Amino acid sequence: MTDTAHAVHLETSTGLDNRKLAIWTFIGSECLFFATLISNYLVHKETWLTGPGPFPHEAWTSPGGQVFEPIIEIPLVTLGTALLLFSSLFVVLALANAQRGNRKGLLLWLGATLLCGLFFVGMQVYEFTHFVHKGLTLKTNLFGGSFFVLTGFHGTHVTLGVIWLATLWISAFRGKIPPAKSLNLEIAALYWHFVDVVWIVIFPVVYLIK
Amino acid sequence: MDAHASHTPTQEHGHPTVGAYVRIGIVLFVLTALEVGLYEFTYGERAGAAGAAIEPFFVPLLLLLSAVKFALVAMFYMHLKQDHRLFSGVFIFPIIIATVLILGLVVLEAYHFAFARAG
Amino acid sequence: MATTALDQQRAHAAAGHAPPTGLWSWITTVDHKRIGILYGATAFSFFLLGGIEALLLRIQLGTPNNTFLDPETYNQLFTMHGTTMIFLAIMPLSAAFFNYIIPLQIGARDVAFPRLNAFSYWVFLLGGLFLNASWLFGAAPDTGWFGYANLTSKQYSPGLHVDFWMLGLQILGVASLAAAVNFFTTVLNMRAPGMTLMRMPIFTWMSFITQVLLLLAFPVITVALILLMFDRFFGTNFYVPSAGGDPMLWQHLFWIFGHPEVYILILPAFGIVSEVLPVFSRKPLFGYAAMVFSGIFIAFLGFGVWSHHMFATGMGPIADTYFALATMLIAIPTGVKIFNWLGTIWGGSIQYKTPIYFALGFIAMFIIGGLSGVMHASPPADLQQTDTYFVVAHFHYVMFGGSIFGLVAGAYYWWPKMFGRMLDEGLGKLHFWLMLIGFNLTFFPMHILGLNGMPRRVYTYPEGLGFEQLNMLETVGSFILATSFLVFLINIVKVWRGPRNAPADPWNAATLEWSIPSPPQEWNFERVPAVHGRDPLWEAKRERGGPLPEPERVSGKGIHLPNPSYWPLVSAIGITAMMAGLMLIHQLGPWGIIAGAAILFLGVFNWAFEPAG
Repeated sequence: MTDTAHAVHLETSTGLDNRKLAIWTFIGSECLFFATLISNYLVHKETWLTGPGPFPHEAWTSPGGQVFEPIIEIPLVTLGTALLLFSSLFVVLALANAQRGNRKGLLLWLGATLLCGLFFVGMQVYEFTHFVHKGLTLKTNLFGGSFFVLTGFHGTHVTLGVIWLATLWISAFRGKIPPAKSLNLEIAALYWHFVDVVWIVIFPVVYLIK
Repeated sequence: MDAHASHTPTQEHGHPTVGAYVRIGIVLFVLTALEVGLYEFTYGERAGAAGAAIEPFFVPLLLLLSAVKFALVAMFYMHLKQDHRLFSGVFIFPIIIATVLILGLVVLEAYHFAFARAG
Repeated sequence: MATTALDQQRAHAAAGHAPPTGLWSWITTVDHKRIGILYGATAFSFFLLGGIEALLLRIQLGTPNNTFLDPETYNQLFTMHGTTMIFLAIMPLSAAFFNYIIPLQIGARDVAFPRLNAFSYWVFLLGGLFLNASWLFGAAPDTGWFGYANLTSKQYSPGLHVDFWMLGLQILGVASLAAAVNFFTTVLNMRAPGMTLMRMPIFTWMSFITQVLLLLAFPVITVALILLMFDRFFGTNFYVPSAGGDPMLWQHLFWIFGHPEVYILILPAFGIVSEVLPVFSRKPLFGYAAMVFSGIFIAFLGFGVWSHHMFATGMGPIADTYFALATMLIAIPTGVKIFNWLGTIWGGSIQYKTPIYFALGFIAMFIIGGLSGVMHASPPADLQQTDTYFVVAHFHYVMFGGSIFGLVAGAYYWWPKMFGRMLDEGLGKLHFWLMLIGFNLTFFPMHILGLNGMPRRVYTYPEGLGFEQLNMLETVGSFILATSFLVFLINIVKVWRGPRNAPADPWNAATLEWSIPSPPQEWNFERVPAVHGRDPLWEAKRERGGPLPEPERVSGKGIHLPNPSYWPLVSAIGITAMMAGLMLIHQLGPWGIIAGAAILFLGVFNWAFEPAG
């Protein structure tokens, strides 16, 4: 039976909490999910240069003479990457505060995490809109399809993480995350770090490798 | 053994301090800057002959930098270094399968495309 | 002390712990035993449906140039037969046993996440209904259970058929993943004190390995289906060759899932057979450690052989060679298992009861299936065999001769524990012989037909090619096979009306589930048992010098049980509604999906914040 708010601590065979083991198991499974999406991106890299454009790093001229400039803008994405990395730091600090029973610290750092997460999603939305204006949609070419599906699913995971953390922020605001319940935050934080770690792989593979 | 529904820093051995977490955060930022710097050095607008020289090493170096970032977040922010080994196993085993999958697919499809183009 | 069933019920009610009855108690149940029964009943119903689909196919193929079914209907029937049998029959039948038996075997009161468990069942049920709703629209999936691109593209399959298949499988995938997280955690975390991993019952071990395979393989097909979905709904070109996409990518992704999937289908049956043979040979399992490690090895290696399903696609000699060698390698741990089963029976005191009949049938049939499988492992041989009935023979020998024989053995073995009644031995043995004869008449000739050139997936064949007699024989065999299940149903109904008086341990078995009443009380164990070795019950009987006393039914006061809940069902409805909304995206815009998501969020939030009890 599950470990709940007021229940007696359940002895488990490994000594580890069921929910913590479960989130790690889920994360392990998600590694395969993102690995398959990344493979799809890499596999199509071999063929998309036959056009039509635009492309991430290369300029391309259509048979009709229209020139497509490379579409990736590194400064914006780097900012987003940094934000996501810092959000991992902030959630760790939030957890440390939760474990020590410091509600104000918890709210501050968890709030900072949320802000960074929201900014990241905002950056992605901006980037997607920008790409569409430059002529790249899901349908345009295989780069577009692969890029939007890979980063789109990652962005969806970030958004769900933001909703999860926001729910916890509200719980914390109501004083419902005392040290005894900090595991609830730890589990969400593990998910959040995983989403960050996936981006650590996506960032170079998509944005930096030609 | 009690299930650990709550951790306090004093219960776990070698639990990083707030300062350590912040330092790791800064290192992650620096590594990211290095990744971008490497890109600019190799392919940027002002890349020169040195950039061209380093180009064959670009991908391995870049992946190495990301691998270090990955490991730092996993080991310290996700606590794998201090936690029970089972968590590391549950994370690392799928990563191995995932890596094999990515390599296998890329190799097979690259071969397939080369084959197809050769006619 | 002998008590009648009525005495037991009275004592139960007097203690204030009457088991809840009525539809609502089943809808809100979080009890792994009830969920197991739900899985079993639902899966068996789908099995019968898939069987009827097969009989229709066999009628069509019984004579050459037959017009019983038109080609389009034929395609739908064989696609749904395959999809139903794999995803709606074998997998959930295995899940029925995971649910009912694993907590009992490890000495636990329930699984790690009872509501997640209920959620998995409801998602499975709704996914199965979603998939079969396609029949009502005249749009049952028709591109094979493996849905090869780019036949599945919008261009070549413009109707709803592929959409039902694609989205139905996504729904089912959620059920499998949730259950896998649950059982993985349960097995690692909820074993009785003293039950180390190497003291676990072998069925639990094989099931545990199966959960790992589910966790690692399902995400791959999820992505493959997502890419197909984007191609069909949003105009991408992942699998469209004319736009630079690659249909081969689908095959790779599908089989990277598909090959581990076949081990997901067989490992639980391996586990069941490994439980049944020792009990009915009165001997411990031969080479327990080898059985565990060979299972792990098969699972791990199973991720490296997928392209043996693609030998005819022109991958080139290097790829072909690697995959051929890796595939042949898997025969080794499988062979280890077979020899260990033989070693278990050898020198044993065989109890000729129905479960061991099916277990022995499993071994024989699986060996035949394995032999044809090893023949496929050679690319040059496979070029002759692929896309012929030889392959159809192979996979039916391993999936029916293997998985189904094993699962039926499990049904007869654990029926007394689950329902408190012994199935009739005479009818059980009749079931076995009819099934064995019917099965072999149906599928053995397919080896010959295949090697003589009869292709797969054809709705008819001309006269004069020498296919007529064997096809007719197979059709007759399929009806004998169907009759065997009729006998099974008669057995179930006959026994259902009888008294609920099975003892706790009718077979003189070894594992913990036989130490509690049949059927178990809601909380399973009054006191969590302490375990000192493998085969704890045999050890206890040895120490005692005789059989154990019949366990008493107790009041269960002070034993804490999780609260029932309907939020898992609501969440399952949300997911199904989202997929339905996706399918109707042109008619409803995003609103169907949004409505489904709203229901899902409602379900999940309430689930998260309600007291679990």
